[in-house]
Amino acid sequence: MSTLFESRPVWAERPSLPARAAKNTVLVAVAVVILLPIYVVVLTSLSPASAVTAAGGLVVVPGGISFQAYADLFSGGVVTRAVLVSLGVTAVGTLVSLAATVLAAYGLSRPGSLLHRPLLFAVLLTFLFAPGMIPLYLLVSDLGMIDSYASLILPTAVNAFNLVVMRAFFMNLPGEIADSARMDGAGEWTILTRLVLPMSKGVTAVVGLFYAVGYWNAFFNAILYINDNAKWPLQLILRQYVQQGQQLNSSSLIGDAVQGTASAPNLAVQMAIVVVALVPVTVVYPLVQKHFTKGVIIGAVKG
Amino acid sequence: MTERSTAVAPAPDRGPARPARRRAAGRPGRGPSLRARWRRDRPLLLMTLPAIGLLAVFHYVPTFGNVIAFQQYNPWDGVLGSPWVGFYQFERLFTDPRFWNAVGNTLVIAAVQLVFFFPVPIALAILLDSVLTRRLRLVLQSIVYMPHFFSWVLVVTLFQQILGGAGLISQALRGAGYAPLEMMANPDAFLLVVTSQMVWKDAGWGTIIFLAALAAIDQNLYESAAVDGADRWRRMWHITLPGLRPVIVLLLILKLGDILNVGFEQFYLQRDAFGAGVSEVMDTFVYHQTLVTGNFSAGAAAGLVKGVVGLVLILVANKMAHLMGEHGVYKRA
Repeated sequence: MSTLFESRPVWAERPSLPARAAKNTVLVAVAVVILLPIYVVVLTSLSPASAVTAAGGLVVVPGGISFQAYADLFSGGVVTRAVLVSLGVTAVGTLVSLAATVLAAYGLSRPGSLLHRPLLFAVLLTFLFAPGMIPLYLLVSDLGMIDSYASLILPTAVNAFNLVVMRAFFMNLPGEIADSARMDGAGEWTILTRLVLPMSKGVTAVVGLFYAVGYWNAFFNAILYINDNAKWPLQLILRQYVQQGQQLNSSSLIGDAVQGTASAPNLAVQMAIVVVALVPVTVVYPLVQKHFTKGVIIGAVKG
Repeated sequence: MTERSTAVAPAPDRGPARPARRRAAGRPGRGPSLRARWRRDRPLLLMTLPAIGLLAVFHYVPTFGNVIAFQQYNPWDGVLGSPWVGFYQFERLFTDPRFWNAVGNTLVIAAVQLVFFFPVPIALAILLDSVLTRRLRLVLQSIVYMPHFFSWVLVVTLFQQILGGAGLISQALRGAGYAPLEMMANPDAFLLVVTSQMVWKDAGWGTIIFLAALAAIDQNLYESAAVDGADRWRRMWHITLPGLRPVIVLLLILKLGDILNVGFEQFYLQRDAFGAGVSEVMDTFVYHQTLVTGNFSAGAAAGLVKGVVGLVLILVANKMAHLMGEHGVYKRA
């Protein structure tokens, strides 16, 4: 226990035993409430049929390990395709969003430049109102983008909040370096790519993560714009086969290759879909986490 | 609207009359000519073009598309060919009990969020801040931030697996010989379930801004208070909470401007299980009004009502923020 309070300032009284116990109980409870569902889902997805039967459903106590559920999912059926769709949309979308956002944030980062104020005003104005679901749907429809992957990317490609956060960061960078580079004849593109971006890795990573998570988690735009379920992203599969519990093990879910062979229990496959939706987010986000506070504070102050 | 610019703003009285003489840049009080600025800033303008273009097409154009709320729109005739019907759609909307049900549900959910969600991140932030070991605090922060990055489909699915009729708790109850507990389809449990989901998903993420505010409090205040004999509760009451007050006030005001946006996917996903009676909010109403019935104009009218009321609320909220000396969403120019 002493290590827990190793840096307690000298003037602070030592907390009483019940107070410490209460605090630690609450903190442990918070962690358990968040981690327990994830633990149960991951464990069930990795459990063989015997363990799922023995538990009568979700598995809490490990009873063997089986990767059969994942083998089924990635044997070329509906889920494999949905994962590829989601990965593709996330990769391309993040690239498009990040490029447009970085360029515009830099382009608007010099006060006094031509049209700086009206353009910034146009960006900020989008905070105040949303265009509305129906007119946006009709526009996407009129542009012939129904059932296209572009409909999952372009309507949400630029987030004004991310743009403003990034612009605020660029404006806080020391201007002297860019000025002297400009004296030496460097163009704006060179200054952005050689000077500004290398100094902005943190904020770029955070904004990139926000965009990537947005694309990976996107659900409702696919409900609206994608009718062809061969183009469904993973979140829609998750809803149909897990949340709504549509029967699995139909010929569509698992690839032809494993048809007729022993397949994993239904629940394990469902939980494996949950894990597949969960994993990319949990893997990428700790890498970026240390930059959160800074980016969010700038956004809060300048927003 | 924008922050004060450090560069010299062009004075309004300088017309385009004599551009040649103003070319001589560097004269005090005078910026370069329009043509010189165009030549200088052209690369910057080009860079903003993709983002501005995307916002123009996918934000501004559909905003004007809201005119179909005043039409009896049909897709074959388009916006230009559809007949105008004035406020007919709004009259029908305001006499539709399902619309008022959605409004009522939205307000109830917003109120419950305010009372039962809003204080959680504050308490959690104070608790996290009191963890003195840096590494332990970082681990806890990683854990509590994480659910923010899960999709609503995922969160609802996880809750189903724990609280649903076939979920973990029901499973344990059945094993012990009791009746299973179905929380995820019981309209009486709806507010409890959706609020728990919000707390689970976003309370941890909500601590970030409070942790930043806590870190900004002068530690000497605590020391002098302790020396003067204030115990830890009095220090929290007289130093910590006043230190957080500006952030709390600001977030409360912003919340007011956002009151109609209680969320969308969360309610869409659970509407079938809990029933429209408790779970229909304004956004899901717009969706079901239109894409199920095919009446685009009625849906656009409902969306427009929400948008206009939301805009008014944001402007009021910002006015209040300015009056209290805060920045709000935007600053006064």
